[in-house]
Amino acid sequence: MNSSFHLPGGICMNRTIHLYQLWQLITAYLKEIIREPGILFWGIIFPILMSLGLGLAFTKKANVERKVAIVNFDSTGTKAVTSPFPLLTFLRQFGDVRKKADGKEESYELTLADENLGNTTFLFQVMNWPDAMVRLKRGTLNLVLVPKGRLPEYHFDPLNPDAQLTYLKLAGIFGQPPLSTENQAGLIKPLTVKGTRYIDFLIPGLIAMGVMMSSIWGISYGIIEKRSKKLLRRMVATPMKRSHLLIALMTVRSGMNFVEALLLFCFAYFAFGITITGSIPALILLFFAGNIAFAGIAVFISSNTSSTEVGNGFINAVVLPMMVLSGIFFSYHNFPEWSLPFIQLLPLTMLADGIRSLFIEGAGMVQVAMPSLILLMIGTVFFTAGLKLFKWH
Amino acid sequence: MTPEPVIEVRNVFKSFKAVEAVKGIDFQLNKSEFAAILGPNGAGKTTLVEMIEGIQKPDKGEILLWGMSWKGNETVLRKRIGISLQETRFTDKLQVWETLKLFASFYELRTDRVQEILEKIGLEEKRKSYVVNLSGGQRQKLALGLALLNNPSILLLDEPTTGLDPNARREVWSILKDLRENEQTSMILTTHYMEEAEQLCDRIIILDHGKILRSGTLKELLDNENLSGHPFSAAAPKNLDELFISLTGRHLHE
Ligand SMILES: Nc1ncnc2c1ncn2[C@@H]1O[C@H](COP(=O)(O)OP(=O)(O)O)[C@@H](O)[C@H]1O
Ligand SMILES: [Mg+2]
Repeated sequence: MNSSFHLPGGICMNRTIHLYQLWQLITAYLKEIIREPGILFWGIIFPILMSLGLGLAFTKKANVERKVAIVNFDSTGTKAVTSPFPLLTFLRQFGDVRKKADGKEESYELTLADENLGNTTFLFQVMNWPDAMVRLKRGTLNLVLVPKGRLPEYHFDPLNPDAQLTYLKLAGIFGQPPLSTENQAGLIKPLTVKGTRYIDFLIPGLIAMGVMMSSIWGISYGIIEKRSKKLLRRMVATPMKRSHLLIALMTVRSGMNFVEALLLFCFAYFAFGITITGSIPALILLFFAGNIAFAGIAVFISSNTSSTEVGNGFINAVVLPMMVLSGIFFSYHNFPEWSLPFIQLLPLTMLADGIRSLFIEGAGMVQVAMPSLILLMIGTVFFTAGLKLFKWH
Repeated sequence: MTPEPVIEVRNVFKSFKAVEAVKGIDFQLNKSEFAAILGPNGAGKTTLVEMIEGIQKPDKGEILLWGMSWKGNETVLRKRIGISLQETRFTDKLQVWETLKLFASFYELRTDRVQEILEKIGLEEKRKSYVVNLSGGQRQKLALGLALLNNPSILLLDEPTTGLDPNARREVWSILKDLRENEQTSMILTTHYMEEAEQLCDRIIILDHGKILRSGTLKELLDNENLSGHPFSAAAPKNLDELFISLTGRHLHE
C-alpha cells in the first residue's frame, strides 16, 4: 500500500537538490546574522577600534610638549632675579623661538624637529617662583629654569621620569655645543622599524582572536539558540539533512571571519602600513585550519545544552583562558617556563603564532604546515565528539 | 469499505524520571479522519504526539504510520507527514517568505508551492515581514503553513491555537476546515479547548494523566455518558467540559 502515496516533488535525490537545500540554509543563516546590527559592531568595527586604540597607544611617535617655567622674579614676586632674555636669545640658534600671543602670560615656544623620536616642543612660560612651584606640584609643569647668566639652574623632581627627560634634553642644549639633530639621529636607534612595532605583534593576534570569538560565539550561540527556541527539533522533523545545517553554519561563519579579517587587515595596512611578508597560500591554509578548529570546538560546546546561560558559561570557560594565555595582546613568554609547552598547544596560540610568523617573519608553507595540520585535527576531533553528543531534540 | 488505518498506537508508555507522562495508550487513526486529543495541561498530549512524530521514543509499545515504525523508515515518513510543535519560535530576522522557502527546500519544493501556501494561510500581505514582527495568530498560521508545505497525508498539530484570541483562532480553524473538505489528509490535533475539538474533529480522545478516559464522536461521548453514568440526572453533561468535570472533578483548563 505504500506505493499508493503521492510524494510531492518526487523522490529525486540528486546532487543539485541537495546543493539547493544547502544553499537555502546558507543564505538563510547569512541573512539571519547580517540582519543583527550587533554583528557589524562586534565583528568589524570593534576589532578595528581595538587595533586603533592599542596601536596608537603603543606605537605612535610622541610629539611631546614639555612645559618649562623660566623664573623672572623671586619668592616675593617683586624683586627681579634676572631677565629671561639671554636664555631665549641663546635658544634661538636651535630654531624659531616664537612668542605666544594668547593669554596673560609671557610664553615662548621652541620646537625641535626629530624624524625618529618625534618632535619635542618646549613651552617656556615666564613667571615668578611661587607660581612655578604651584604648577610643578599640580603636574602642569615639567621643570623650572632659573636663569643664571647664560646657563640656567634646573629645578625638578628627580623621581619624575618626564622631568628627568626634559632635564636631559635641556642640559644637552645648554651644557654642550649645539648638537645637530642629525647627530642625535645617528646616536639613537629607536625601534620604529616595521615588523618590530607593537602594532605588528598585535594585528595578527587580533585576527586570530577574531576567528576564535566569531566562530565560537557565532556557531555555538546559533545552535544553542535554535535548540532553545525548539527550532532545531522542528527542522530535524523535516527531511532536512542534519549535516547540511552544520555545514551551513560553519560555512557562513568562516566566510564572515574572512571578511572581518580582510577588513581589519586593510585598515591596518592603510593606518599602520602592515604588510604580509610571508606566503599568501600558506596564510589561507592556516586561516582555513583555524576556522575548522574553532568551528569544531563550537559544535562541541553547543552539542548538548539548550540553555543560553549555560552556553555562555561554557563559551567563556573556553574563550577567556585562551585570550589571556595565547599571547594576543602581550607575549606569552612572560609566563613561567613550565607552562609554555601547554600554552603553545592551545589552538589560539597556534593560530596567532602562525599568522604572526606569516605576517612578520616571512614564513611559508613549511613553517605553518604543522600547526595547520594540528588545527585541522583539533577541529575534526571536537566536531566528531560534538556530533556524537549532539542533542537534536 | 473498511476504514484504512494510517496511525496505530499500541500500548504505549513513556516516563521522565519520576513522571509517568503516558501510561498505556491504544488507538488508531483512519485515513481522512480528524481526531482531537483533548486534555488539560500536563495530560501527556505533547509527549504522545511527539512519539507519533518520531521525535520521542516510547519506553514500551509500538507506533506505526502506514504500518511502518519510525525505526528504519525515518526518511520516508518525514516526507509524508506535516507537523507543528508546541511553541516553536522561528528565526526572528527571516521574512515569512524566506522561512517558507527554507522549509520548502527541505522537501525539495520550489517557490510556486511557497506561493500556494502563502495564499492558503492568508499571509500574502505579510510575506516580507520579519517573523519577529508577526502577531501570535500570524505566527501560528506560519507554523501551520510550514506543516502543510509538503501536502502531508498526516498532519499532527500540537495546540495550534493556544493563547490566540477568538478571531485568530477562527482563522486557523477555517484553514483546517478547508483542508478537511478538499484534501485526503488525516489529522491529529491536541487542544484543551472543547470548542476546537467539537468544531474540527470527527473523533475526540479525552486524555488525562497519561491515559485515555473516553474516545468517540461528540455525540457518542455525551450520549454514552448520559446513558451509563448519570441516567435521568440533572448533572448529565451537556458539553465536553462538563463531561470532563464529571469524569475527573476538574475543568479542562484554568
Ligand atoms: N522532557 C521532559 N522531562 C521531564 N518531564 C516531562 C518532560 N516532558 C513532559 N514531562 C512531564 O510529562 C507530563 C506530560 O507532559 P506533556 O506531554 O507536555 O503534557 P501536555 O502536552 O498535555 O501539557 C507533565 O507532567 C510534564 O511535566
Ligand atoms: Mg503540550
